Amino acid sequence: MAGAAAHEDHHDHKPRGWVRWVYSTNHKDIGTLYLIFAICAGIIGGFLSVMMRWELAEPGIQIFTGLAQMVYGFEGDAAIDGGKHMFNVFTTGHALIMIFFMVMPALIGGFANWMVPIMIGAPDMAFPRMNNISFWLLPPAFLLLLLSMFVPGPTGGYGVGGGWTIYPPLSTSGQPGPAMDLAILALHIAGASSILGAINFITTIFNMRAPGMTLHKMPLFAWSVLITAFLLLLSLPVLAGAITMLLTDRNFGTTFFAPDGGGDPILFQHLFWFFGHPEVYILILPGFGIVSHIVSTFSRKPIFGYLGMAYAMVAIGAVGFVVWAHHMYTTGISLDTQRYFVFATMVIAVPTGVKIFSWIATMWGGSISMRTPMLWAIGFIFLFTVGGVTGVQLANAGLDRSLHDTYYVVAHFHYVLSLGAVFAIFAGWYYWFPKMTGYMYSPLIARTHFWVTFIGVNLVFFPQHFLGLAGMPRRYIDYPDAYAGWNMVSSYGSYIAAIGVLIFLFGVFEAFSKKRVAGANPWGEGATTLEWQLSSPPPYHQWEQLPKIK
Amino acid sequence: MKRLVTGAGTLALILGSAAAAFADQPHPWQWRFQEAATGIMEQIEWFEVWTLWFIVPITVLVLGLLAYCIVKFRASANPVPSRTSHNTLIEVIWTVGPVVVLLFIAVPSFQLLTAQYNPPEEASITIKATGNQWNWDYEYQVDEPLSFNSAILQDADRAAAGKEDRARYPRLLAVDNEVVVPVNATVRVLVTAADVIHAFAMPAFGIKTDAVPGRINEIWFNARKEGLYYGQCSELCGKDHAFMPIAIRVVSDEQYNAWLTAARTDLNGANRALMAAVDGAPSVAVAGN
Repeated sequence: MAGAAAHEDHHDHKPRGWVRWVYSTNHKDIGTLYLIFAICAGIIGGFLSVMMRWELAEPGIQIFTGLAQMVYGFEGDAAIDGGKHMFNVFTTGHALIMIFFMVMPALIGGFANWMVPIMIGAPDMAFPRMNNISFWLLPPAFLLLLLSMFVPGPTGGYGVGGGWTIYPPLSTSGQPGPAMDLAILALHIAGASSILGAINFITTIFNMRAPGMTLHKMPLFAWSVLITAFLLLLSLPVLAGAITMLLTDRNFGTTFFAPDGGGDPILFQHLFWFFGHPEVYILILPGFGIVSHIVSTFSRKPIFGYLGMAYAMVAIGAVGFVVWAHHMYTTGISLDTQRYFVFATMVIAVPTGVKIFSWIATMWGGSISMRTPMLWAIGFIFLFTVGGVTGVQLANAGLDRSLHDTYYVVAHFHYVLSLGAVFAIFAGWYYWFPKMTGYMYSPLIARTHFWVTFIGVNLVFFPQHFLGLAGMPRRYIDYPDAYAGWNMVSSYGSYIAAIGVLIFLFGVFEAFSKKRVAGANPWGEGATTLEWQLSSPPPYHQWEQLPKIK
Repeated sequence: MKRLVTGAGTLALILGSAAAAFADQPHPWQWRFQEAATGIMEQIEWFEVWTLWFIVPITVLVLGLLAYCIVKFRASANPVPSRTSHNTLIEVIWTVGPVVVLLFIAVPSFQLLTAQYNPPEEASITIKATGNQWNWDYEYQVDEPLSFNSAILQDADRAAAGKEDRARYPRLLAVDNEVVVPVNATVRVLVTAADVIHAFAMPAFGIKTDAVPGRINEIWFNARKEGLYYGQCSELCGKDHAFMPIAIRVVSDEQYNAWLTAARTDLNGANRALMAAVDGAPSVAVAGN
């Protein structure tokens, strides 16, 4: 007996100190690194958004002139112009950070790294060293992006102010300074990191499932990550190609996107959105998986229509590749092209509807306990529905004519991402926090976090529908006085949401300081996936004896 | 009398009942579209309401079902969960149901889209709009071409331009030289850009198209109501993206012809004469209400 225990200890040996983290090939340690990274990036990205809402709280320019003076040392009128550009830098930075350095690292790098190997009964990822480089490419990419905010962009401004879509010519001749080059390199590196991660997940899921776990028995979160990985693998190279062409247009005299050399700015938009649309599904699909598990766990029922749920995600991923030009209805694409993209886009509503109704059906007849993860998951389902139905409106090119590039679009994609993907992240956080750390969070703090966030983000984004209908264009530092009312409400909402983030951080601190032991399975018999069969936190290496799946 | 009528108009505006008079620009706490000034925008408005008839009930249904589940199937009320995980009939229903809803949305949607690309008549006036960082160039493609630049109205120039009325010439929306078109005429706008991408948008007309360097995008409108209409650049174009508004003045045929003739030699004089004819005339103020 004693010998066996010593043997176990030997296998559970962890490298000590910084070596454990920097050299890590352990999926759980790398997942933890990703989660910490995502929290840090989320705080920075959130800070940028609160500054923008502070600016937009009243008509006129309030803070960015002063910010430009403080940060860049502008004086006089140069500060006004520098401040206007700085606002655009903030919108650009907020989007890129939240997408590439917060949501993707949290869902794919963090939760998927942690849970997919455990859920499918694998000891680790297929390529542990590649997993290490996937993570360690991200901090330099992030630093390059942050650095870009402090080097010249356009004349008289610092940083990239071209929006996350970086449309040329604004991103080529419009901003000749090195800021855009740094941002392009940041995207290249972050993209390479994601492609490596995607290869790792596909290989792991296809080859390392425990005996008996067929694809059709695999947990939905693993399904969602598998589909996400394919989307990454197929779409990111297109982005890489597009931004490489941007880079050569900027620095080596090519004219892919410059009309004066026979190029076309619209070509970039096609390439960008061929990546960009699958990208938004990349952001939300892992959330679908997480929510499925949580709804099932806290209803103490198996997922309703499991196969339908899995193949709905496959359908969303596949159709997601052929709808990209619905972001481009006003670019002058032909009537027939618009007709096709309207049709294809509306098709996506069907599998999405299947998912929403299946979650409700999973709850139906269940024995529901409204613990914190369930609160976030139900919040997700409702808010994602709100964002989904405005998506159905925007799919119609005829109506999008009025709503394109207004705050209606901003409201729509924040309902599906900020209130969808982010709610899914917090749902997953509270669901797996006891598993990952071994400690139980304070339900009181967690619930306060939920309600403050729920009220805050709805106040931020619901009035933006009204602003969009009334005609307020997006990416505006200043707006006609008539839009003041709803903008004020929206800004107060963002302050409340920011308080929510502080409550979240306090909750994490509180859980680690109180050290309430969570136990292997704090959620009871509803939690049926494999991670709940392991201790909390799981051993450094799990499934040395492969689990058998019936 | 004139002062009285104008005063009444202002009062009505304050009371918020003068939506028609200033429907051409957003008003405080507005939460719906700006009032339509073209047939296309009326169709867009109609279609938006049409979609609401589907999406609001769907959202309420989801909310209601969630609330019902939370209450009815709470652990204390329903300690033993069912094990149901399949029901082919209901899965078919919630797949086919949305398809039917989408069909109901799609048919008028395609009609609207087609209408936007099929003007009922050949355009009688063609105007080329070129976006610059950060103003617009307009070129009337008529026998004797007229071109001018239109930029945001600076506060310092308000008095000289006779545009001190901030309700009619609002901050960030008013420009120095408006585009002038006759009422009930089909106008073609050729939109392009000289430097980066901009977008030419006029909410009350239901038009928006990108101004792309190296390309010319064609749109059309037929404004049914005289008035002064405002739009804003709708594609991120740099630091002054928020400061390059679009203003279109829709006037009677006679006023348009007089303006066009005069503008060829003296744009400022023509604009002032037009403003005197439009803003000064009590009949217009009354009609505005």
